[in-house]
Amino acid sequence: MTILLYLIPAALGLGLLGMVGFLWALRSGQFDDLEGEGQRVLFDDADAQQRLRRPKQ
Amino acid sequence: MNAALLQLTRGDVAGPAASAATACVHCGGEIGAAPIDGRFCCRGCSGAYAIIKGLGLEQYYTLRGNAALGERPETATDGIDWNDFVVPLADDKAAGYRIELLVEGLHCAACLWLIEQALHAQPDVTVARVSATTRRLHLEWKGKPERVNALGAIVQSLGYRCLPYTAEGLERAGQAEEKALLRAMAVAGFAAANIMLLSVSVWSGHLGSMGPATRDLFHLLSGLIAIPTILYAGQPFFRSAYAALRQGRSNMDVPISIGVTLAAAVSVAELVRSGPHAYFDAAVTLLFFLLVGRYLDRRARGVARRGAERLIAFTARPVTVLTAEGPRQRPAARVQLGDRVLAASGERIAVDGVVREGVSALDASLIDGETMPRPIAPGGKVFAGMINLDAPLQLDVTAVGRDTLLGEIARLMEAAEQGKGRFVQLADKVARYYAPVVHLTALLSFLGWVFIGDADIRSAILIAAAVLIITCPCALALAVPVVQVVASSRLMAAGILLKSASALERSAGIDTIVFDKTGTLTMGEPRLLVDPALRPEDLRAAAELAARSRHPLCRALLAACPDAWPAEGVEEVSGGGLRRATPDGEMRLGNARFCGLPPSDDAMPGSEICFTRPGAAPLRFRFQDALRSDAAETIATLRGRGYRMLLLSGDRMPVVREIAGQLGIAEWRAETDPLGKAACIADLQRQGHRVLMVGDGLNDAVALAAADASLSPTSALDVAQNAADAVFRGGRLMAVADFLKLANASRRLTVENLGLALVYNLFAVPLAIAGFVTPLVAAVAMSSSSLVVVLNALRLPRGQETRKQESQA
Repeated sequence: MTILLYLIPAALGLGLLGMVGFLWALRSGQFDDLEGEGQRVLFDDADAQQRLRRPKQ
Repeated sequence: MNAALLQLTRGDVAGPAASAATACVHCGGEIGAAPIDGRFCCRGCSGAYAIIKGLGLEQYYTLRGNAALGERPETATDGIDWNDFVVPLADDKAAGYRIELLVEGLHCAACLWLIEQALHAQPDVTVARVSATTRRLHLEWKGKPERVNALGAIVQSLGYRCLPYTAEGLERAGQAEEKALLRAMAVAGFAAANIMLLSVSVWSGHLGSMGPATRDLFHLLSGLIAIPTILYAGQPFFRSAYAALRQGRSNMDVPISIGVTLAAAVSVAELVRSGPHAYFDAAVTLLFFLLVGRYLDRRARGVARRGAERLIAFTARPVTVLTAEGPRQRPAARVQLGDRVLAASGERIAVDGVVREGVSALDASLIDGETMPRPIAPGGKVFAGMINLDAPLQLDVTAVGRDTLLGEIARLMEAAEQGKGRFVQLADKVARYYAPVVHLTALLSFLGWVFIGDADIRSAILIAAAVLIITCPCALALAVPVVQVVASSRLMAAGILLKSASALERSAGIDTIVFDKTGTLTMGEPRLLVDPALRPEDLRAAAELAARSRHPLCRALLAACPDAWPAEGVEEVSGGGLRRATPDGEMRLGNARFCGLPPSDDAMPGSEICFTRPGAAPLRFRFQDALRSDAAETIATLRGRGYRMLLLSGDRMPVVREIAGQLGIAEWRAETDPLGKAACIADLQRQGHRVLMVGDGLNDAVALAAADASLSPTSALDVAQNAADAVFRGGRLMAVADFLKLANASRRLTVENLGLALVYNLFAVPLAIAGFVTPLVAAVAMSSSSLVVVLNALRLPRGQETRKQESQA
């Protein structure tokens, strides 16, 4: 049963990673405009950096 | 979602038809008479095209594809003054400035791209970002605050109208709440998944493969995850329950809070004395499911509020005030009552006032919902939100900002929305009786075991806790939302987008339906009435003149004779019509006065145009707004089902009488203003009727918000769509019948579901009281009851099928 000592922290760690990732995405405003972001992917232009600048909340 | 729908419907109408030769390169609309450079329908479009090309952004047209814009750029772009709305980014002015602007006329991703690229081409702009959801432009720049006007003018010249956005603070608060719920949901979801992982191991370990030490470790880990989660993610429920209890009421959150807290407390006690059972999983999973429902509900409410804000923005436009020193631009808020202001032609008026000088026509569709232009002369009243079409007008200001009719409408809408927020949902009604019964049962079973069953206090508490947990309103809390979820997906398939969570429940007892006329029962565009006496060559001669004008009636005339070639030498006379000099004399197309004819008695102003030619009898063309193709069928179906129907219109009496007669609607009222419509609905409600409102204009917005439930077509104004509970797509009015049928079916299923939840409790509670319920039994019982409720909801008929049955019947 010592395997549990690895498996449980691993499981919790992965879950935590997902949650932290989601909270980060939420904080950085990625859920603010669900319609627009989906369509923005389709723009291919040279100045991609420009669009990464988003307003600070 | 809205944008996608909008694009879809627009595409259906104008997409393929707008082919190369006849379509304007910029807006995709019909070129009509006087093509500018052979490719554009108007100066605005050719200007916008030149700017886009100058910036090297022609890619916009490929990105946009076939979708036509439908709206032409406003040509009166000068005289913007938004300095009052500029906010510095930091105390240090060097950091730059920002402004939030509402952008009207966004259609698809290409619009976002175009605006952002055009602004980024300016060297001093640091951030330009348009949100498709909120339709707002966030703009930041370095340098002088006055630059805002130049930057705004760029966006305007591209063909979008901008309005400063002022309700930022309010919006932020709502957004923060939404985000907090989403965060709580994420935490609860993470915790629920991990605790369930541990719990399943413990349950299977009960068969003997797991020793007490491992089990206790698992319980400890579960507890370590669960306690902080409950403290954090349970807050929305605890707060609401506390608020309700303080007012001496009970709501659904009270049993939820008590159940979750108790489950956690008992589990901690079990953990401390290393008992075999812990309920951490039940507590956290319940929390997670409930948070999902709460979040969806909150989001639907946020959408409704935005409508009123957008209305107010219409009154925040700059106004040209005629002062002793000459014309001056001022923000509407700084205009004094009694000031003389100038409304240029093509401009949206931002104040209420009385006309002092000038004769023109107004597009009053925002106020009265009618598409026909309304003539205006000195002494006539104009209201904020109307567009001056023909000639400049001078007005004396009678109201500004929130005091305007538009402001009044917005305020009433907000009030009506709040009234709807007070609607007590069935689940809450049930909870009011349910909670005390459950708590009493738990208390009685505790006392019973102690005094009659001779149990020790500890096991008596455990049994009482089991009663509370198993009756925890899981199936009850699911019974209503799950029907709503299924119903909204069924409605979606039938082309109806459900926006408000409680709308279905509110629609169930409806017995009266109120219809708007223009744009709801009718298509909202004038069509030439077929006259057998009219010769095709006469029609063509008139259409050749009409092709030179953008007036709605001229376009309708042209639509009746699409291959007419625009005539040369046509002159448009403001407030009159078109004239063309020929060798024999003058041809005139316009209103009766302009053509020198007596006004006809039965025709309404604005629904006929006259045509005079040398050497021919004068002609009168009559126009009417055509009915939707299935309007008669829909009304007949609804009448067959026993609904009382009313027609409330802002249009003139003869037109409304005609339409009501055609459809066989006995009760109708003409020339009703927006507040009159709302008052009529309030009257009906006072008489004990439950009212469904179907409408599409701003003039319907208050009525839509005030009715028990409301529907809007997707062709409606944003404001009306936001005020309505559901939006239906396409030209099918039959959606109203579908919606009501589904609402009644889902009401029935909701009641059934609540019944099922009750039956489940009737079986589970005795088991719990008898002390047979372990966490495993609780988990199985709770999830199976939830499953039954979900499966029952899936029996809801499909929207498409309702329609089929309808057509067979």
